[in-house]
Amino acid sequence: MTQSRLHIPHPPARPGETPDFSYLNIPPAGSVARPDTLAPALQVEALGTGMVRVLDEQGHAVGPWNPHLEAEELQVALRHMVLTRRFDERMQRMQRQGRISFYMKSTGEEAVAVAQAMALRPGDMLFPSYRTQGLFVVRGKSLVDLMCQCLSNTRDMCRGRQMPIMYHWAEGNIFSISGNLATQFPQAVGWAMAAAIKGEDHLAATWIGEGASAEADFHHALTFAAVYQAPVILNVVNNQWAISTFQGFAGGEQRTFAQRGPGYGIPGVRVDGNDFLAVHAVTRWAAERARAGGGPTLIEHVTYRAAAHSTSDDPSRYRPKEEWQSWPLGDPVARLKAHLIALGEWSEERHAALEKELEAHVAACWKEAVTYGTLTEGPTLDPLSMFEDVFQEMPAHLERQREQLRRLLHEPDAAGPRSDVAEG
Amino acid sequence: MAQMNMVQAINSALDVMLGRDPRVVVFGEDVGYFGGVFRCTDGLQRKYGEHRVLDTPIAEGGIIAAAIGMGVNGLRPVAEIQFADYIYPAFDQIVSELARLRYRTAGDLCAPVTIRTPCGGGIRGGQTHSQSPEGVFTHVCGLKVVMPSNPHDAKGLLISSIESEDPVLFFEPKRIYNGPFDGDPHKPAVPWSSHPKGEVPDGHYAIALGKAEIVRPGAAATLLTYGTMVHVAEAAVRLSGVDAEIIDVRSLVPLDVDTLCTSVCKTGRCVIVHEATRFSGFGAELSATVQEECFWHLEAPIARVTGWDTPYPHAFEWDYFPGPARIAAALRAVMESAA
Repeated sequence: MTQSRLHIPHPPARPGETPDFSYLNIPPAGSVARPDTLAPALQVEALGTGMVRVLDEQGHAVGPWNPHLEAEELQVALRHMVLTRRFDERMQRMQRQGRISFYMKSTGEEAVAVAQAMALRPGDMLFPSYRTQGLFVVRGKSLVDLMCQCLSNTRDMCRGRQMPIMYHWAEGNIFSISGNLATQFPQAVGWAMAAAIKGEDHLAATWIGEGASAEADFHHALTFAAVYQAPVILNVVNNQWAISTFQGFAGGEQRTFAQRGPGYGIPGVRVDGNDFLAVHAVTRWAAERARAGGGPTLIEHVTYRAAAHSTSDDPSRYRPKEEWQSWPLGDPVARLKAHLIALGEWSEERHAALEKELEAHVAACWKEAVTYGTLTEGPTLDPLSMFEDVFQEMPAHLERQREQLRRLLHEPDAAGPRSDVAEG
Repeated sequence: MAQMNMVQAINSALDVMLGRDPRVVVFGEDVGYFGGVFRCTDGLQRKYGEHRVLDTPIAEGGIIAAAIGMGVNGLRPVAEIQFADYIYPAFDQIVSELARLRYRTAGDLCAPVTIRTPCGGGIRGGQTHSQSPEGVFTHVCGLKVVMPSNPHDAKGLLISSIESEDPVLFFEPKRIYNGPFDGDPHKPAVPWSSHPKGEVPDGHYAIALGKAEIVRPGAAATLLTYGTMVHVAEAAVRLSGVDAEIIDVRSLVPLDVDTLCTSVCKTGRCVIVHEATRFSGFGAELSATVQEECFWHLEAPIARVTGWDTPYPHAFEWDYFPGPARIAAALRAVMESAA
């Protein structure tokens, strides 16, 4: 007699075990064909099972997806990636010192946000996840502004209302980061639908982790994108870990995340997420397709979350400590650096100088940011401002509550026995 | 008896029920191997195996829908939603399905699901890790809604919740997981080991749902509250000097109207305190009930002290939090005013 059994996905290695990434299908660089950007979705299904890779083991750019970028642009890219990493490291340290309440690093995943932001146009709208700070770096948001948000200080773009890293930048065409997972995915589709309705050639791009692809919002996004053929690039950043659950718990054992695209009639492209050139190339392909009326593309970026989920997390409880060292796709910064050196356009000396320069830049930004206040030291925001922006115009009940708080803060004695002011 | 904090007490309740009842299954995001981001399920998967204590995909709607299916098929699911702020993707499954299954099938089908979820602020969690949405769910017919204020109650109420044939939403105020909190963030943290309610029996015991508890007897006024605010209310009573009777509501649905209203009829004055926002908050239900039941005994208008009607702001946590000063002011106000 047979009976059904519950399958419980198991990561290849737990703490104390040897890391094992043999489950990953990693074809050689340059081996995946590059279809025409307007090829029908069903003719490009192979893109979902292979892996677009451009940089080979020797640091050379090979194959049909090579975007042939100028060395100068690659140097800018390296600068953005190193800056993102230095910024992350500084902010993590500041959290450890109690200067900010929380932080999330993007270490090991910098190529995804940096390459994609560089491959898109400034008018394209970005709907980020909480681990895509490189988008802000590339678009030119000052680090001081990002730091001030993390500090909830007097220059905080969110006016003290959001946890650290929940940035937004309306003028820079970057949407607000949400603490709730996957919500931005279908919102980006709506933005793209509006671009098409208005007859503009801007597109939208959005990011989620592979773990969040389990949320219903992921499926809303793919359905709407497919139905309306919206000009949107839907990115799943498969960094293998969603806090303690590995990608198998999001369905990654059965199919790649890219393969979900064809199920909806959307091309799905699996790309080496630690290969700057490959990420840039597939983003260009998807952007050209969207702007030419070819509709949406789903891109799975295969990468690895080298850092803890957040400063509240301790990954040594659920995965081998040194797992990242065994990650077969390497470090995106080191790989782009090696490529530039192989081109004769970079050197260890220049790299060391760049690291030093950016470290100093980040330190200077921090020094400036804290002059606008920290969580514990002034100057501080006015607490009464918390009642603003709930609505465009403040309704009477909020005005009453603001007055109660004002009295409590400024006339503590008056907050005593008067029924008209005490919680009336 | 053992000394437990609230996390350990919840873990112990789950342990007891997993051990007693093979129908109990526990699952949620990071709940299995890792033991939960707040450690409430620590060690349970090792003890009971992967078919009883499961990690899930990140899909709150899926978690609750699966719980309903399991419940209908004879299990007693205990689902964790990692933060109450993350519960909204499951809203349709909870409101339209879980809460009404018994009613719409005239009792032929039901799903005895318990949903555990950490709530409340005071941990610098900003608007997506600080909410107290209990009032959203007390408005839904067919759900029991519980919020304990200490380890002893947490274990006994959670066991009752799991044993309930009705679905229960079990809110865990995360600010008091590790110790009671009196509303002053500048004081050193106090552990549960120095609190009488940190004494928790090791084995099975149940605290009936629908029963409030008088935490502090008093004659001058009645203070109705629950969760973290029970401890803040105690500090406020000390601060105000008003001899208030503090009642820990504990079970919001069903509500122990007798205990609440007997007290208000005795004292003639009532202050209602919760951390959630004020407008249409659970305090409005308490206020209306007290007005209906105790009107002829009231000496002063009922007062409510709550979170302001804004999202929970990261930088202004302690200006937002209804701390002892605001509660004390309300206590003094109800003592001053005459009906």
